[in-house]
Amino acid sequence: MATKVSERGGASAPAKRSPFLVELYRSALGKKYVMAITGIIFMGYVLAHMFGNLKLYQSAAEFNAYAEFLGTILYPIAPDGAVLNVLRVMLLGALILHVTAAFQLTQMNRNARPDSYRSKRDFVAADFAARTMRWTGVIVLLFIGYHLADFTFGWVNPAAEGATLYEKVIASFSNPAIAGFYLVANLALGLHLYHGVWSLFQSMGWNNRRFNHWRRYLAVAFTVVVVGGNLSFPIAVQVGLIS
Amino acid sequence: MNLTLRVWRQAGPDAPGRFETYQATDISEHSSFLEMLDNVNEGLIEVGEEPIEFMHDCREGICGTCGIMINGQAHGPAQSTATCQLHMRSFSDGDELVLEPWRASGFPIIKDLVVDRAAFDRIIEEGGYITVDTASAPDANLIPIPKETADFAMDAAACIGCGACVAACPNGAAQLFTAAKIAHLNVLPQGQAERYQRTEGMVDVMEEYFGSCTNMGECEAACPKGISIDFIATMNKDYRKAKSQNRRSS
Repeated sequence: MATKVSERGGASAPAKRSPFLVELYRSALGKKYVMAITGIIFMGYVLAHMFGNLKLYQSAAEFNAYAEFLGTILYPIAPDGAVLNVLRVMLLGALILHVTAAFQLTQMNRNARPDSYRSKRDFVAADFAARTMRWTGVIVLLFIGYHLADFTFGWVNPAAEGATLYEKVIASFSNPAIAGFYLVANLALGLHLYHGVWSLFQSMGWNNRRFNHWRRYLAVAFTVVVVGGNLSFPIAVQVGLIS
Repeated sequence: MNLTLRVWRQAGPDAPGRFETYQATDISEHSSFLEMLDNVNEGLIEVGEEPIEFMHDCREGICGTCGIMINGQAHGPAQSTATCQLHMRSFSDGDELVLEPWRASGFPIIKDLVVDRAAFDRIIEEGGYITVDTASAPDANLIPIPKETADFAMDAAACIGCGACVAACPNGAAQLFTAAKIAHLNVLPQGQAERYQRTEGMVDVMEEYFGSCTNMGECEAACPKGISIDFIATMNKDYRKAKSQNRRSS
């Protein structure tokens, strides 16, 4: 038995090894690290995204100027739009990793119980958010596609050609169906965040019995702030608070 | 008390299974769950039917042999209780109980409610021990260990390897078992020499048999020893370190 353990290093180790991160990713625990780290990136993004959009409440001019500014971050040190596009590529890369790892882990988990329980499970600790991560994830993913087509590319935006971003937002959210879809998608995002923000501490191995109870508070607070802000925009347009 | 049991019956590993209904009559509320099954089995033997096969050994909650999925909960409704320590007073007269074996690809069914948990042995073989000379026992307190460390190790070492964590996990993951078995050695001075080989080896074997963790906490709720999922976070941290340490030393 003892020899088997020592075989892992030393003589039997392959001469050429993959890079550390590639090797870590091969394990399910490594994939969970990827889920957590990309999740932290998205947390930073959704918080900044929500906060920036609060400018909708200031004025159309402020909001449009802010959108303009995002394209000119670090200009003229960096070329026009460079920083924004680098951020976009990073987010897209994180999204691909997050979804790929989730897909591979789901496959692994399906294989771990091909023969499911015949009787109804009586869950004690697994809450609704935790058990629906895959569904809320898919909803959010579809929403991201629509959201980009709506505002970034403007393919499905109802506003007239040459409209400012503020006008596009108003045009989109004035449609009750679109506003409703944004509400549903953000509630899904809320469930996803509620479990994800707590869960990432476990996956990252950030554990200290003195601080563990704060993980749930953080998840709740983060979810309420981000989703609360996001939900307010279509509601504000629908009730005529901003127009 | 009288109960209706719906029990998973399966003649062998590859045989098709089905639920059979049995009546458990005149059961004392003071009897244990397994005594209740003994009772039902005696009735089955008397009428010439095959008794229900179930796992049991010590019947005092320390060996980790027993385990039944009772009404969709591993080891039934009582907290921190193995099936053998579950008493019929946890139920009411007239209840219908559904009994299923642990279900996971790492735990193939042998017969009825009996599963093969050899996959846990494969994980232990990969490092769930320390390599020491086996001669006379060392003196007690030869190695000073702080109280907090000893308590932490003992909390993890309480794992009896029953497999309820896997059975309860919606992903069929064995994280709680493996984490407990790694943690109780990794925090003690005697476990340091093989710490990183142990962590990487045991996790890799675990992943060959079982699913992956999504931090739902269902394992912790099902565990008859109340082992905390904090140990899973500890394992994740040690695994990351092990991956990099083992690369350096190879």
